[in-house]
Amino acid sequence: MASAQSGTLYRGREGMWSWVAHRISGMAIFLFLLVHVLDTALVRVSPEAYNEVIGHYKTVVFGLGEVALVGAVIFHALNGLRIILVDFWSKGTTHQRKLFWGVVIVWAVLMAGFLPRHLMHMFGA
Amino acid sequence: MSTSTTSIPDPTTRYRRTGQRGLNAEMLSWMFMRGSGALLVILVFGHLFVNLWLGDGVKGIDFAFVGGKWASPFWQVWDLLMLWLGLIHGGNGVRTIINDYARGDRTRMVLKALLYFAVVVTIVLGTLVIFTFDPCPVGAEPSLLPSFCEG
Repeated sequence: MASAQSGTLYRGREGMWSWVAHRISGMAIFLFLLVHVLDTALVRVSPEAYNEVIGHYKTVVFGLGEVALVGAVIFHALNGLRIILVDFWSKGTTHQRKLFWGVVIVWAVLMAGFLPRHLMHMFGA
Repeated sequence: MSTSTTSIPDPTTRYRRTGQRGLNAEMLSWMFMRGSGALLVILVFGHLFVNLWLGDGVKGIDFAFVGGKWASPFWQVWDLLMLWLGLIHGGNGVRTIINDYARGDRTRMVLKALLYFAVVVTIVLGTLVIFTFDPCPVGAEPSLLPSFCEG
């Protein structure tokens, strides 16, 4: 019998944590998206206004924020594809745990590709 | 032990969870999240690759960079799709979050009204910006403009 301590098929396992991470990353991306459309809208004000505000994205603090943002976007994208597979692929539910670890591995590979390149852009190597 | 047999339906037997038949709003919303999500993976990964990976990455983004991109209808359509799908997908996700956590009817209504307002304003603003953008505004400092703005 499953209990709160031992967890269940879902609770405290890959299924639950991927749901939690999907929700948090989605909320964060949505908030960023609202700000990002506003800052891009400054191209209609003047080149100076746009360059001034977008210049903040090139600072160290924002540069690290972009790492977190890209990490959230890549996770949300890959886990979203996992959800589609779980819903529409006949073997999806059987392999949902493997799919989760697949998401983690592909996420790590893509981040390993992005991070050095981004840090080079930021710190001009 | 009883010898009578009870007929238990196969666990995979289809059954109707609600009395509703055919399409309904929540099902369309569920379908939309998957359809738009799959498209957004392509759109957003392409956006990140071109803007943050190629060239000078984030350091290369300025007015001239945006002007150069939006001179092409390809990137206008790309960004327009990303804007609409992203905001509706994200707005629908936040709607789900509000429905899950906001207990009071009034709180839920106020939060969703704010959400819909933000989504509509942002979509309208972004759409106007994409279609009314002038990469070579009259009287602007020439060094800040894309290279094709001459004369």
